[in-house]
Formats: sequence, structure tokens, C-alpha cells
Amino acid sequence: MPNETNSGILLYAQITRENYIHTVFFELVDKARELAKKLGGVEVNAVLFTAPNIIAGLKEAFCNMGVNKVFYFEDKCLENYSTEYYSKLFVDVVNQTCPEIVLIGATNEGRDFAPRISSMLHTGLTADCIDLDINEKGQLAATRPTFGGQLMATILCKTYPQMATVRPGVFKVRSVEERVETEFINCPVDLNGVENHVQIMNFKQTLENQINELDSADIIVAGGMGLKNSKGFELLKRFADKVGGTVAATRAAVEAGLAPQSVQIGQTGKTVSPKLYIACGISGAIQHTVGMENSEHIVAINNDENAQIFEIADTGIVGDVFEVLEGYLETL
Amino acid sequence: MLKIALCVKQVPDTSDIKWTENNTIQREGVESIINPYDVYATEFALKLKAELKDAEITVFSMGPNQAESMLRKLLALGCDNAVLISDRKFAGADTYSTGKTIAAAIKNVLPDFDLVVCGQFAVDGDTAQTGPCIASFLNIPQVTFVQKFIDANEKFLTLNRELEDGVETVRVSYPSLVCILQDTFEPRRATINGIIAADKKEIRVCTMEDIGLEPEKCGLKGSPTYVSKAFRKISKHNAQKFKLSVDESVNLLREKINSVL
Repeated sequence: MPNETNSGILLYAQITRENYIHTVFFELVDKARELAKKLGGVEVNAVLFTAPNIIAGLKEAFCNMGVNKVFYFEDKCLENYSTEYYSKLFVDVVNQTCPEIVLIGATNEGRDFAPRISSMLHTGLTADCIDLDINEKGQLAATRPTFGGQLMATILCKTYPQMATVRPGVFKVRSVEERVETEFINCPVDLNGVENHVQIMNFKQTLENQINELDSADIIVAGGMGLKNSKGFELLKRFADKVGGTVAATRAAVEAGLAPQSVQIGQTGKTVSPKLYIACGISGAIQHTVGMENSEHIVAINNDENAQIFEIADTGIVGDVFEVLEGYLETL
Repeated sequence: MLKIALCVKQVPDTSDIKWTENNTIQREGVESIINPYDVYATEFALKLKAELKDAEITVFSMGPNQAESMLRKLLALGCDNAVLISDRKFAGADTYSTGKTIAAAIKNVLPDFDLVVCGQFAVDGDTAQTGPCIASFLNIPQVTFVQKFIDANEKFLTLNRELEDGVETVRVSYPSLVCILQDTFEPRRATINGIIAADKKEIRVCTMEDIGLEPEKCGLKGSPTYVSKAFRKISKHNAQKFKLSVDESVNLLREKINSVL
């Protein structure tokens, strides 16, 4: 039951603290273009919020990306994310442009923002989709993992706009040029009657640009509690350096202080899909595997031959992780 | 006095899922547990109550009657009142409808609330949407991904929230809603006196009529989204296992690494 008055796909372009566009936006644009074609060539538009005098520097990033219109709001009060301000203004754009689909990156900001908007618009929202498609009736078919990643559910929405969030790293950017002239529309910041009740007192940065090496790594070398202690992680680091890999960790290892939160893979961490994922001393709790099972090839090293990780690995090496990693480093 | 509404959910133990022959989830005999993130939320509320000395916690849970046992345990831990939001007409609710129903129950039972405390995720659905949906329907500010309690007084709550690129310290006024991601603490155990006191307390049950919602705005009917199909995820990895000597294992590992270089 596609609605005649609703048309086009609206995306949220999250701006990072350093005034770049978050990488998840480019992943969304690619997917949105694909969906737009299936809907008969509808528009793909974006909304963004910035401090004043930032937009000029952002315009180039939209060049030949296939975005038709960018609705931007600039104001000093929009420099930092505010649930109350951003959601009100985003809803304004939805009400004026009546998109049939709204897609938002499932960053912590997106996950704060999207359900707020969907409730204000009295429409449905499907979280953390791993696949988006248009069904034979022209509806958005959003597929997501549920029950700790063990069950997949395809969800439809009977109201408009149909909304979905997608975690960073789930869709790949194919870098196909779309020769579309992008129109930039400066929107009035009407925050009458809206108050921001959350004051940011302090920010302690641990990662710049939200750029995490794990996003672009070909080889990820991940450690779990089987590595036992910081010595085990030092060995992992030496091994990673040798093979040109990037170090990652399970939630248990992060909570034990063996690795920083920024490299945590899984349900409450990052989703990655490298060419090769080497799981070292990782038991394979679903909490972890939902974040790495889309890797092209998975090698697991674990001394417990019944470890769950072997069920989702391509190559399972039953053995002592210390002996294998040390053996590798010695025989090079 | 600070009036706290604590929202909790009973979930199937997802680490213990069994499959039927038809690749559907076997629901009989699956143990129900309190959602792990709601344990953090509970601890947060109890900590706040201890800090402010003058606070009252009312726990809300939407679900079938069996959730009563969980509510009883939370009363034993030090929560003051418990409300079970339960009606057959609520069945099949998505996050929008759940948020709307819980918000209506809070407005009805605790109209002068100051703070709503939720867990960041529920491990069964894992959407992280219900908290912000409740905040939206109550038209109050929200702070999500809270990883540390910093300070509280009668006017403001100061918290650390986790972002991908660092940790933000924020201050929020009341009334507001917070979603708790984690906190560093050992979950407490109920005392004997707590258990005895909890047994004497009444758990209030709220039905659809009690909170003034209409049937078409509840449960599956009132949900904008619906599941069109559910299927078991089949791993694309072929699960080959090798038990080899260390040297052979090293060679196998090298072969796999060289294949991507």
C-alpha cells in the first residue's frame, strides 16, 4: 500500500565532532540509491545539523554521491548533538517533504535520536537492520537479527515514513559515481517552545573523527579471555604487527581491562567484516559473534574443541593459542 | 522526595535457546530472567535512592503474570512499589506500542514522577528503542548510554554517557529519562528482611482500561511494525575443525594469512 503522497528516501547525515560526515552515511547512501531505483527512481535526500560556517567545507563530500537534496540547519546551538533540538528539526523536514523511507545510522547518536523521532511521527522503526529491500508491494522489507542474533526477522511497517537504523560497517560502500547535482537547502532553525534540558559539562575524547582502524582493516586479530592477561594481549599485538592486522577484543577482555572499549567487537561493540578474522582464545558467545560473523574468512584458535566459536569459523584450529602464535612468530 | 519509575523486562535466557525441527525457537521450558541491562538500571535506581536519602522507587514491568516473581525480587532488593502492566490486549506490541503503553501506565500510577530509569537494551529484541519511545511519549528529555553515575541533587542528575569517540559528562534536570548501559558495581543480594517485607507488599496490576488506552491503540493492532517472516540464520562459514601438531597449526594459520595478503 504505497502512499501516493509519500515519496523519496530521507537520510540522516551525522556530523562528527571534527566536522566530517560520519562514514555510516556513505554506507546508507549506497543502499538508499539501490532502494530508490527499485521504487522507480525516487529522490534520495539528507538532513544535517552543524554550527555556523561549516557547510561550505562539507559540500564537496556530497559531490557525485547521488544525493538530490541536502536540508541543512546551521546554528550555534546545533554544534553539539541535542536530542530535543535535533529531533524537533528533523521532524520538521519529514513533515514538509513526506518521505516514504527514513534511514539513520545506528551510532550511539542515531540510536538516541531515531526512536525519539519515530514516536513523534507515530510511525514504526526497525533497529539495526542487516538487510533492506523493497518487496513486491513496494514496502520496505527490513531484516534484523533478534534473540541475541540467533533468529532473523523481516519486518514491515504499515505507517509512513517507514523507518530503519543500520549499524556502521554493515553495508559496504561501493564507490559508484552518481552524477547528480546536489541542491543545498538552508532550513530555518525554528526551535520555538523547544528547550534543551541536557547540558554537556565535559568531554573526554578517546578516538578522533570516530575513525576506527577496524572499519577498514583487511585482517583483524581478536583476543578473548583465553589469552588470560596483558602478557597474552602483548603476544597478540606482536602477532598483529607481524601480519599487518588490527587488534580487537571481546567484551570480557575489555571489561577485564586488557583492551580499550573502542576495539570491542559484538552486540554492545562494533560490527566488522574484514577479509580475515583471527579469533584467538575466544569462546564464541553470540554476544561477540554477531559483530564479526560477516567476515569473509574466520580462523579460530582455541584449546577447547567444543568452543562455540568453531561452529561459525571456516578454519578451526584446536590447540594452545600461545603455542600457535609464538610458533608463528618464531618460524618467520 | 524524588519519585523514580524503574522500567524492567523479563526476557527468555537467550544464551539457552533451543530450536525445533522446523527452525523455530522452542519457547516452552526456556527460562525467563530479568533483562541483564535492567539489573544495571535497578542498581542505578537503588544507588540514587541511597545517595539522595529521600527517594521512592516504583518498578514497572509490562508482560504476562509470570513477571510477578521478578517484581517480588526487586521489591526485596529495596524497590518500594511494583506495578505489573498486563493485559492480553497488549500482546504483540512493538517498541512504539510498548513505549506508549508504559508511558500511559507511568502517567496513570505516578503522575508526579521525577525520573524514569530503563536499561539501555533488552537482550531478546536488542533494539534500544523502548527507553527513548517512553521519553518521547512522556515528552521529557532523555540521556542514553549512561555508563557512570556521577552526582545527584534535588535539581540535577550528573552522568557519564558513552559515545563511540569518548565519554561525555552531562547534566540533566527533572523530569527526565535515563537508559543505563553499565556501571561498575557488584549486583546486590536481597536481605532476609527485604524478602519478608516484599512478601507483604501488593503488586498493582494495570490493565488496558486502567491506563485509559483503546484496544486499537494497543498490542499488535496498535503497532506500526509487524514481523512478516522469521527464520534461522544459517552460517555461511563451513566450520572445519583441525586437531594438528603446533607446527602444522602454524602452517595452516600461515596459509590462511597468505591467502589474503
